Amino acid sequence: MTTREALDISSLSNQPRSLWRDAVRRMISQPLTVFGLLIIAILIFCAVFAAWVAPYSPLKGDLNNFYLTPPTVEHLFGTDDVGRDILSRIIYGAQISLKVAILAEGLGLLIGTLIGMITGYYGGVLDAVIMRLIDIFMAFPLLIIAIALVAALGPGETNIFIALALVIWPFVARLVRSQVLAIRESEYISAARLVGVSDFGIMFRHILPNILTPLVVFGTLGTANVILQEAALSFLGLGSVERSTPSWGRMLNDSRAFIRTAWWLPFFPGVTILIAVLGFNLVGDGLRDALDVRN
Amino acid sequence: MLRYTISRLIQLIPTVFGIYTFAFLLMRVLPGDPATVLVGFRDDEAALQNLRRVMHLDEPIFNQYVAFLGDGLRGDLGRSYLTGQPVTEMIASAFPPTIALGAVAMAIAVIVGVPLGILSALRKNSIWDNLARLIALIGVSIPVFWLGVQFQILFGLNLRWLPISGSGYDQHLILPAVALCGGTLALLTRMTRSTMLEQLNQDYMRTARSKGLRERMILWRHAFRNALLPLVTVAGGSLANLLSGALLVEVIFGWPGMGRLLVQAINTRDYTLLQGLVIVFAMLYAGINLLIDLSYPLIDPRVRLQ
Repeated sequence: MTTREALDISSLSNQPRSLWRDAVRRMISQPLTVFGLLIIAILIFCAVFAAWVAPYSPLKGDLNNFYLTPPTVEHLFGTDDVGRDILSRIIYGAQISLKVAILAEGLGLLIGTLIGMITGYYGGVLDAVIMRLIDIFMAFPLLIIAIALVAALGPGETNIFIALALVIWPFVARLVRSQVLAIRESEYISAARLVGVSDFGIMFRHILPNILTPLVVFGTLGTANVILQEAALSFLGLGSVERSTPSWGRMLNDSRAFIRTAWWLPFFPGVTILIAVLGFNLVGDGLRDALDVRN
Repeated sequence: MLRYTISRLIQLIPTVFGIYTFAFLLMRVLPGDPATVLVGFRDDEAALQNLRRVMHLDEPIFNQYVAFLGDGLRGDLGRSYLTGQPVTEMIASAFPPTIALGAVAMAIAVIVGVPLGILSALRKNSIWDNLARLIALIGVSIPVFWLGVQFQILFGLNLRWLPISGSGYDQHLILPAVALCGGTLALLTRMTRSTMLEQLNQDYMRTARSKGLRERMILWRHAFRNALLPLVTVAGGSLANLLSGALLVEVIFGWPGMGRLLVQAINTRDYTLLQGLVIVFAMLYAGINLLIDLSYPLIDPRVRLQ
């Protein structure tokens, strides 16, 4: 009877405390993480409500009155060589950056998790072959392979997002596989198998929830990286074929012709990229500490 | 050591094979075959067929693949669509500038980042520590191409200290290298800080102190020596980042390296050049990783090779 009493700890706390609730509590106690969350919230808000937030049109400019105007009260970030308001273009640009980043990271996570889960769980020849392929894939510097893919598929947002997802999945697959390998041998997995849970059920009902924390951290930090890569690809002219599209990377590239006369042209899009990436990095770091993920 | 080196070199074979295969497949997914691109918009069917024959594009894809691998083994990456110059020659002349740029950037990152990281670990929560952490935080988030442009504006156009573009292993190298080193510097600072903190809390540190060893000795011979292994791994890993960054920095500063050549190849649809560059970049990366692996036992005798 004493053992049962020793195990009965439910009386110690009145409320059930989940890992996630604890993590959230730890996260919001960190000012830098909160700052990061705030940045992401503002970005999402700008992207969703761009039409209401942006003071001017991102596409139509007033060339006669506002050709390359430095920042003023009317145009906080100045205007470009077509007389367009830079702040408005940056706000609309959040739509492109976030869309590409979240889609690419999401697709990469999805493919990587599926493949990592299957190869880790079943092992064998399939595992050996896929891991070999991943090794080769990882032999290429990230941006180079993304550039090569976009060059092959043709420039454009869709192709950038596909190329980036293709670059991301091997890293996810590797991470997931290593986690699955560790959990596969646990007793509760054997128990689940004994009572007749299907392979699919074991993988997605029993293993997946247990490897979610490193995936969440990886995904957040990865999103930061994808924003940077997307900006780099647009900067190289591999982004949207439509020249007037307000992508942050494209704006930076277009501004290079005016660095002698209009400092605000390259300055603000770049600062925006920096802040967006910083936001996701801060939250990723905060999540890692809060969830205590060791890598 | 010799046996390990040989076995690692053998392991490199499938990687090289994979790199070639990927580059070959890349050429196959390109819209339109290379001959169409070359002949361009002239609707000249005879010329197209002729070119296809010369380029062996009329042969079965497997034969093309074998021929491509055979050429690759002999170090022949084909000729540029645009200039007809051998791709290997073009890359060979762009190779040294990229290596120089990367090496200088890496050197700056190590010279600044490692001491900053150590200082940050030793004086935890001091102003130095906060400064180092701020640099690390911003360094990983800053777009290297934006930093490059800002350097051009500030140091080139406003202060007129340094040239904003051009080549030459002199003051021309300073701005691109400093712009390029940012991310690596941040990573190294951060890693040095965390590994040093970990080492400083180890039991052997207390032992070393109680033996009466001088602090400097403890720091360098004991703590730093043990922190070195993860640092080399991180530095090696960030080389990929450095290569990608070099590409962007070269475009901004007009540096005549492989990155600028790559962008040029994309813009002019010079697919053989693009393919050659992808191969060389990947080989370079694989080679660097091999060197890092081989350096482990030299850094830490506890690493057993098999």
